[in-house]
Amino acid sequence: MTSVTQAGPAIPAGSARPLSERRPLGDRGFQVLALACGLLVLVILVLIAVTTTQQSASWFSAEGLKIFTSNWDQATNQFGALSFIYGTAITAIIALVMAVPVSVAIALLLTEVVPYRWSRPIVYVIDLLAVVPSVVWGLWGILVFAPWIQHIYASIGSGVNGIPVLGNLFGPPTSGPSFFTCGIILAFMITPIVTSLSREVIATVPAIDKEGAYALGATRLEMIRGTVWPHSQGGVVGAVLLGLGRAMGETIAAALVIGSSPTITSHLFAPGYNMPAVIANQFGEASGEFRAALMGIGVLLFVFTIIINVVARGIVERNARRKRGA
Amino acid sequence: MAVTSPGQVDLREPPSWRRTKNRIATVLMVIAFVLVIIPLGFVLYTVVSKGVGIISKTFLTSGIPVIVAPPDVGGMGPAIAGTLVITGMATLLAVPLGVLGAVYLNEYGGKSPLARFIGFMADVMTGVPSIIMGLFIFSIWVVHFGLSGYSGLAGSFALGCLMLPIVIRSTQEMLKLVPDSLREGAYALGATKSRVSVTVVLPAAIGGIVSGALLAVARAAGETAPLLFTIGTVTIGGSPNWNVFKGTNTSLPSQIFANASSPYPGAQARGWGAALTLIVIAFILMIAARLVTARFSRYSHY
Repeated sequence: MTSVTQAGPAIPAGSARPLSERRPLGDRGFQVLALACGLLVLVILVLIAVTTTQQSASWFSAEGLKIFTSNWDQATNQFGALSFIYGTAITAIIALVMAVPVSVAIALLLTEVVPYRWSRPIVYVIDLLAVVPSVVWGLWGILVFAPWIQHIYASIGSGVNGIPVLGNLFGPPTSGPSFFTCGIILAFMITPIVTSLSREVIATVPAIDKEGAYALGATRLEMIRGTVWPHSQGGVVGAVLLGLGRAMGETIAAALVIGSSPTITSHLFAPGYNMPAVIANQFGEASGEFRAALMGIGVLLFVFTIIINVVARGIVERNARRKRGA
Repeated sequence: MAVTSPGQVDLREPPSWRRTKNRIATVLMVIAFVLVIIPLGFVLYTVVSKGVGIISKTFLTSGIPVIVAPPDVGGMGPAIAGTLVITGMATLLAVPLGVLGAVYLNEYGGKSPLARFIGFMADVMTGVPSIIMGLFIFSIWVVHFGLSGYSGLAGSFALGCLMLPIVIRSTQEMLKLVPDSLREGAYALGATKSRVSVTVVLPAAIGGIVSGALLAVARAAGETAPLLFTIGTVTIGGSPNWNVFKGTNTSLPSQIFANASSPYPGAQARGWGAALTLIVIAFILMIAARLVTARFSRYSHY
């Protein structure tokens, strides 16, 4: 204790290192404890990769590259995951196509158009979207939204039937629970995160640049295109990629509204399946090779989302560093 | 700022087409916001209108019914109990570990490569799909204990994995806001670094830490996917299982998921009731977070 009181005043903040030998045991113990908690993140990520791969090793070794085929048949023990990967890609793309323009527009509305006292309530409303749990979106999607939009699908489907490209995309068969319904629900769910990240990026555009554009006589739209957009492009791309990662991994809502049919089709109004949904719906009753296959789909999903998140966070971080440097 | 109204700055009147385009863009932004309000309002309205009729004291306390078809039997008692104990346990696991992890990142790690790597991976971990956490706990915990592996605790582990990076990041943001002069003052009085962290830095940031933790809890309470393969299935008609360490359990989101795929109006009605209960819990947590932020934050971004 005495050594502490003497040593203390000599330590400038953040440079205790030279005195580290004289630090009491409890102080060093706390540092080790804190470090261990920080390392826990890395430990969990490594453990996720190792244990799930172990549990699915038999699928990867039995099927080899055939995991990327579309044969999904429990009776013959054939588990190709292609239709689920396809469904994941399609639903995520539909979600992004709808959510990104809306999110960026709201971010611009918040940062460039409305005054500060209005922007806070708007942010609250967007945050409310994120508070609605995934399963509630799913419940609403399957019991209210899908039966309602089914009729719209049916009339669009009969309208475009036979027209070359449109007929292939929007023609029959149509069904309430479908790729498209799932994409719409996912779009609602990723809008908050894409909006808030885009807003953070757009808020870093220097006021002086904007004022310069206005001084040259630009309208607000011209100012946005001339100064805000070039400045925040990279960060918005990062935000969009993070939204993509969320859309790919969103499970319960997708499991309820996607239609649960492992098919590869260009018809967006047809029922389909995606990776998280098939795990959620079938893992509970699965055993043996089937369970290994579903666990393996989980491993693939983990790898895909990790890659997307690393790239996205890298872009966002590099962008933020460049801002600070400027 | 007067500058944000271009009319005052612009000495030449823009040609009418440029102004029209500008107006169209503004209108499109407002439409984008309206596009988001409509489904949100629709969802909340549906949940409230369909859920409010079924919620009663009996609904909140009685067991999951054996026969699901009739609308006015049974309730969500075990699910509410499960949600409370599983989320509570997950909070006990994730919040202390996450806060300590953030203390390392902000107080000890600083700008060192390891600390920056951990911070980066914590961000990446927030993007890992929640169902992966369920599969992870299944393969590291449940398979080794067989049927007795299914318990509230396993679910808490999965939710804790989900909450940990969120707590770390939100806490770290708050610690960053604590001014260095406070730390220096404490050092000048002779405190050790651990003592400064625990008795000066953490209390100074407590408001933000608590509100960040509450938001993480709100998110975890609504999660279904991590619980699907970890807490087992409910003992039908059984009484609430308040023991988080032993026996299978259930939760509100799990029950909503089960009832949403049921064709019976009675089951669906209970699903709406459970959804309303869950949303109310999430809202209470969110409002609590706002109140804590307003009441206890000494340092903020603004």
